[in-house]
Amino acid sequence: MTLALFALLVALGSFLAGLLGALTGLGGGIVVVPMLTLLFGVNLRYAIGASLVSVIATSSGAAAAYVREGYTNVRVGIFLEVATTTGALIGAALAGLIPTSALAVLFGLVLLYTAWRSFQPREEHITQEAHPLATELRLNGSYPVGGRMQSYAVQKVPLGFAVMGVAGVLSALLGIGSGVVKVLAMDRAMQLPFKVSTTTSNFMIGVTAAASAGVYLHRGYIEPTLAFPVMLGVLGGALLGARILARANTVWLRRLFTAVVVVLAAEMLYKGLTGGL
Amino acid sequence: MTDERNLKRGRWSDHQVEQVIGRLLQIGVLLATAVVIVGAVGVLLHHGATPVSFRDFAGESSPWRSLGAVVHGAARGEFPAIVQLGLVLLIATPVARVALTLGAFAAQKDRLYVLLTAVVLALLLYGLIWGKA
Repeated sequence: MTLALFALLVALGSFLAGLLGALTGLGGGIVVVPMLTLLFGVNLRYAIGASLVSVIATSSGAAAAYVREGYTNVRVGIFLEVATTTGALIGAALAGLIPTSALAVLFGLVLLYTAWRSFQPREEHITQEAHPLATELRLNGSYPVGGRMQSYAVQKVPLGFAVMGVAGVLSALLGIGSGVVKVLAMDRAMQLPFKVSTTTSNFMIGVTAAASAGVYLHRGYIEPTLAFPVMLGVLGGALLGARILARANTVWLRRLFTAVVVVLAAEMLYKGLTGGL
Repeated sequence: MTDERNLKRGRWSDHQVEQVIGRLLQIGVLLATAVVIVGAVGVLLHHGATPVSFRDFAGESSPWRSLGAVVHGAARGEFPAIVQLGLVLLIATPVARVALTLGAFAAQKDRLYVLLTAVVLALLLYGLIWGKA
């Protein structure tokens, strides 16, 4: 295939991934790597590099809007970034040692988990009861709800920190934002309100991805001629998705996206287990 | 504390910091995207008809792996290097955000968060500059 045709097809696929990812809130990054490896025959390591770059673009683009609305908890973000960036550097160090077939299996499992979570209702528990470390670290905060400020306290700080470390490792190993794992840490363990956990998680994804992307740049994972159609496509799709979100039927789209994720998970598991990647 | 009182003391409130961070992220992504597009157009015009395959990992033989090589290549007008420069700018955007946050915490004399932010910044720079994990 010529470079021009390849770039066009990859850009179109990435645009769809970014669009669906933004509309469903599941993030496009999770389908970029399977799409590149399974559909376009791209080497897993190049796919991970290109995906990480697109994750940084969408997260920074979205965070720019969120941060200014006052939902993001910058202290929680920085505190947890210590865990995610450490995890990301560990993941980047491990990536070179783990065979691509094992990475494909891990990817398949994370995709299955994402699909399963997308059908679980998210439960919000705003608490005023703070973990001692949350008070010590001044993590408790407030966010605007209907014109006034609602305060909230942060729970289970050590557990949240540990799970974020795992999210960082997965982000680096698989080239994803690992939003599902971050939500697990911030909603379920730390009991942050949705608006705060979603926006703070988004805020951190770019930093986490930048830690491993820096390492991967030096290792040659970031191939410019592959990364540009991926990055421009995903970013364009995500921007359009954010714009039409209010008018879209997200229930139906979520089902469609989840079905795509399950198919990709099966394929990644199969290829990983039979050594086809 | 109100924003106004903070301003009189020459301090930044959390809210002001958030506004500046939001703007920085926007500028970083826009600038990086513009550079990537310039490089991409060049790559497509000059190498668009070349057959490509990304099946085999060339790894360390890729020429655009260090910041120095990328900057020099881009300065010579090599289009893949210009794309890579845009991608490096994109990777640097969250790093700049962390650096800015560090400055804001320092201005607020918040020692604990200066320390935590410095750790994050050090980890990021370690990855980006030395590239060994």
